[in-house]
Amino acid sequence: MDVNDVPQEGNRTLGSHRKALYAKDASGKMVIVPSRGSEVDETVTLQAVHRMTALTDDAKLRVLAGQSSPLEYWMCARRMDVPLLSQISGLWQWRIRRHFNPQRFKRLSPGVLARYAEALGLSVAQLQALP
Amino acid sequence: MSTINAIATNFQHRHAAHCESGAAANLMTHHGVKLSEAMAFGLSSALSFAYLPFVKLTGFPLIAYRMPPRFILKGMRKPFQAHFNFETFSTPDAGMRRLDALLAQGKVVGLQTSVFWLPYFPEDMRFHFNAHNLLVYGKEGDDYLISDPVADLPQRCASADLQRARFAKGALAPKGMLYCLERIGRTEVSAQAVKGAIKKTVRIMLGPIPIIGVRGMRMLANKVARLDTSEHSLNYVGNIVRMQEEIGTGGAGFRFIYAAFLQEAAQITGLAELAGLSERLNEIGDGWREFALKAARMIKGRELFEPKRLAEMLRTQAEHETEFFRTLKRAVA
Repeated sequence: MDVNDVPQEGNRTLGSHRKALYAKDASGKMVIVPSRGSEVDETVTLQAVHRMTALTDDAKLRVLAGQSSPLEYWMCARRMDVPLLSQISGLWQWRIRRHFNPQRFKRLSPGVLARYAEALGLSVAQLQALP
Repeated sequence: MSTINAIATNFQHRHAAHCESGAAANLMTHHGVKLSEAMAFGLSSALSFAYLPFVKLTGFPLIAYRMPPRFILKGMRKPFQAHFNFETFSTPDAGMRRLDALLAQGKVVGLQTSVFWLPYFPEDMRFHFNAHNLLVYGKEGDDYLISDPVADLPQRCASADLQRARFAKGALAPKGMLYCLERIGRTEVSAQAVKGAIKKTVRIMLGPIPIIGVRGMRMLANKVARLDTSEHSLNYVGNIVRMQEEIGTGGAGFRFIYAAFLQEAAQITGLAELAGLSERLNEIGDGWREFALKAARMIKGRELFEPKRLAEMLRTQAEHETEFFRTLKRAVA
């Protein structure tokens, strides 16, 4: 890549950050050039972010309709999936899926709730409701 | 938690493409070795390609363009006779106390952290990745002074947030890992070490394991060729490009950073051929960027989504790299 080809289109997912890319300068030497980001990165990052937000919105609707528990909403909002939440909380995946049932979720013991709250970086009170 | 005020003297933050090579280079430089990020990367033979279908990140396979975490730091040991002191902790309190104690001694401390819990990271870039590297060079009140290699400027982070990031759980959990450079045997890079590192990279890239190196690229190409045109397939392709371009690679999945290394290597070893090969790798890197651009256009719907065309581009990349690494092997033989 040539120094003049380093993308500076501005990638809004980077915020005010710039990322370092390597490119060839006029004398043929490879140097670090700070980049404002390119449309390519922005496309794929936003694709991933949108996939997560879609899952979160979907979970929220189901919680409001009484078909799921706030646990599923918070899991998605924290950009996790069941395997990851299982790794972090130390609870089995099938137990987590069971706890997506609103009735079961309401009956959870303080100990299990505390483990979920810890894994998701929330207080127990926050975990029990939608934001 | 103690509120100490400590700043390591003469620490220089340098912006880097990749977190681990940046942390290694900045830490070594702080200890008197003039080491660039590209040299740290090349000297530890960190360039690679791996298609790991059984490691899933939010449902998509891991595609790595480099060797696993800590490979670069460990790669510093032999060429510089460097001794790192790695420590992990069973409780967050112990981990934070130890960090404060080392900072009070004026040391620069490396940390392994999660990306998700670091507040200074851009919101859209915060995913659950637990092997991020950064350096802490001081503390002011409750704030740690952080040299995050992938940020262009030094950052600050409150102790509660840093603790959370250091003790995140899940795959590759850092367990509060911190490291310091204890001592260092030599400060110059030898031609022999550079040649050895290049040979190792050639072995990895042309090796026999079907998911590693150029064979891994072909396997991924076969997988991409079999994709249908669903939304899931578009996400699959987007995932490949993210691994290649977004996750701190210096562009084109580390190919450009390795080209920079080869230029330095040409000077150190006196092998002029390496400079020409650097040029060639630069072109191959442009090929990777074309692949990313094509994929992004398909994701945006500006072009018809044809997985077979993307697979074809991947195969071409694999062919170019095979030829490239064969020439590189002869150059350092």
